[in-house]
Amino acid sequence: MNFIIKNIKSFALYELFLGMFLTLKYMFKSKVTINYPHEKGPLSPRFRGEHALRRYPNGEERCIACKLCEAVCPAQAITIDAEPREDGSRRTTRYDIDMSKCIYCGLCQESCPVDAIVEGPNFEFATETREELMYNKEKLLSNGDKWEYEISQNLEIDSPYR
Amino acid sequence: MKEVEINSTTLNFGPQHPAAHGVLRLVVDLDGEVVERAEPHIGLLHRGTEKLIEYKTYLQAVPYFDRLDYVSPMCQEHAFALSTEKLLNLQVPIRAQYIRVIFAEITRILNHLLNIPAYAADIGAVTPFLWCFEKREKLLEFHEAVSGARFHAAYFRPGGVHQDMPKGMEEKLYNYINTLPKFIDDLEELLTNNRILRQRSVDIGIITKQEAIDWGCSGPVLRSSGVAWDLRRSQPYDAYDKVDFEVPIGKKGDCFDRYLIRIEEMRQSIKIINQCLEQIQPGIISVNDNKITPPKRNTMKKSMESLIHHFKLFTEGYRVPTGETYCAVEAPKGEFGVFLVSDGSSKPYRCKIRAPGFAHLQTLNHLSRGHLMADIAAILGSLDIVFGEVDR
Repeated sequence: MNFIIKNIKSFALYELFLGMFLTLKYMFKSKVTINYPHEKGPLSPRFRGEHALRRYPNGEERCIACKLCEAVCPAQAITIDAEPREDGSRRTTRYDIDMSKCIYCGLCQESCPVDAIVEGPNFEFATETREELMYNKEKLLSNGDKWEYEISQNLEIDSPYR
Repeated sequence: MKEVEINSTTLNFGPQHPAAHGVLRLVVDLDGEVVERAEPHIGLLHRGTEKLIEYKTYLQAVPYFDRLDYVSPMCQEHAFALSTEKLLNLQVPIRAQYIRVIFAEITRILNHLLNIPAYAADIGAVTPFLWCFEKREKLLEFHEAVSGARFHAAYFRPGGVHQDMPKGMEEKLYNYINTLPKFIDDLEELLTNNRILRQRSVDIGIITKQEAIDWGCSGPVLRSSGVAWDLRRSQPYDAYDKVDFEVPIGKKGDCFDRYLIRIEEMRQSIKIINQCLEQIQPGIISVNDNKITPPKRNTMKKSMESLIHHFKLFTEGYRVPTGETYCAVEAPKGEFGVFLVSDGSSKPYRCKIRAPGFAHLQTLNHLSRGHLMADIAAILGSLDIVFGEVDR
């Protein structure tokens, strides 16, 4: 009897129709795709995206050129030069990140003692040329100004875990 | 004059072939459509990871492990973290052990959710690929929530894990993970009894018990041949000795058995995650030793001693006592091991990586001999090769 049922099922393409019925069921389920540039997937506060150099609320740049990020960077993507400024405080004269070398491991933001270099929530920084990915201090600071609100919010949310 | 007749055709399969799962170049000798010899040429994705690690501190080496087998990143870090901890003689806090097991199992599901549909796509089914990617995306959100990156997590550090799981994540994970068995049922309904999948995989690429052991296979490939060997069971690391799970084994050792084992492993992973979520208790997530774990940001900003530790750890790193060790984990693809030699400095003297894919790829010639050319794609898919770890 089993043999007959098995043969009938086989000739009737039973398992193929079962599969097709299943895909038909899935067709009427709600869509899972999102309309990307207008809708975006969820991001957690810990997301490690494009780098930014932050400032204090009074406009003073945070980075004190301790070069910890330069030392810890596994890909050696960060280059820093530093000199005392006219007012005597130590600041960077050059802060370059080669974004094509960077592996987005997050060690720079972990090591930064003053929360100056952070990896912000921005992941849409594709460029047309390689040169545009060699970020300098000016670009990083402008990133910081642009994303300051989101970055500070994320740091606030994540602070109990850091 | 003696006549010599040569009728074999030599064919290049890859390195740009979609069924080659990356940058595999196969030189295949064919007699008609029957494979006589399939010789893998590897090394096209060689990045010198082992050598690079010799010039990185133990902390800096962690992100490189994500990039080996980029389909199951956290398991690689797990092996490195375990071997470093063994050299340092550290006992990882219990909460960190559970978090590691949870994420190692999520990684296993992620890996199998890619391998099964990719294998099915190789032999003619496209739908599972789309379905599984939706589920993978949801699981990757957990990866991202905990570590900050979807794949390259750098989350398992020697001494524990980087950050604690955010509040409320355990419930979210529990709710999501328990929708997966239903999905796996659907996936099986679509694939397991399907005659096309069966015709393309049953009795294809058979490996016997003895051959599997001789070739150095591990993971689902070894278990498909009937050897009940699972490192999580035979030498439990972290919290695996506190959870209950079954190790599925196959009978024949063909492609279909390997497929079935991966399906069953996903169910077992869900079981493990559920048990871990029940047993996990609040606590610290990395060793309470400021010579190994960087201090919390709050203390670092207030205490001079912590600041000194912070600077020391992020520049020089910690020194690891002289010695050598081998630690292996049951990665989704098989036994992933790290052999570390330390000369007492803050950088490994040598780091040898034992990748399961490398051992599996060498069986390809043996498995595909006598089969049709089209079966190579099926065998390759069922071996679960990822070139990041094969070429290193």
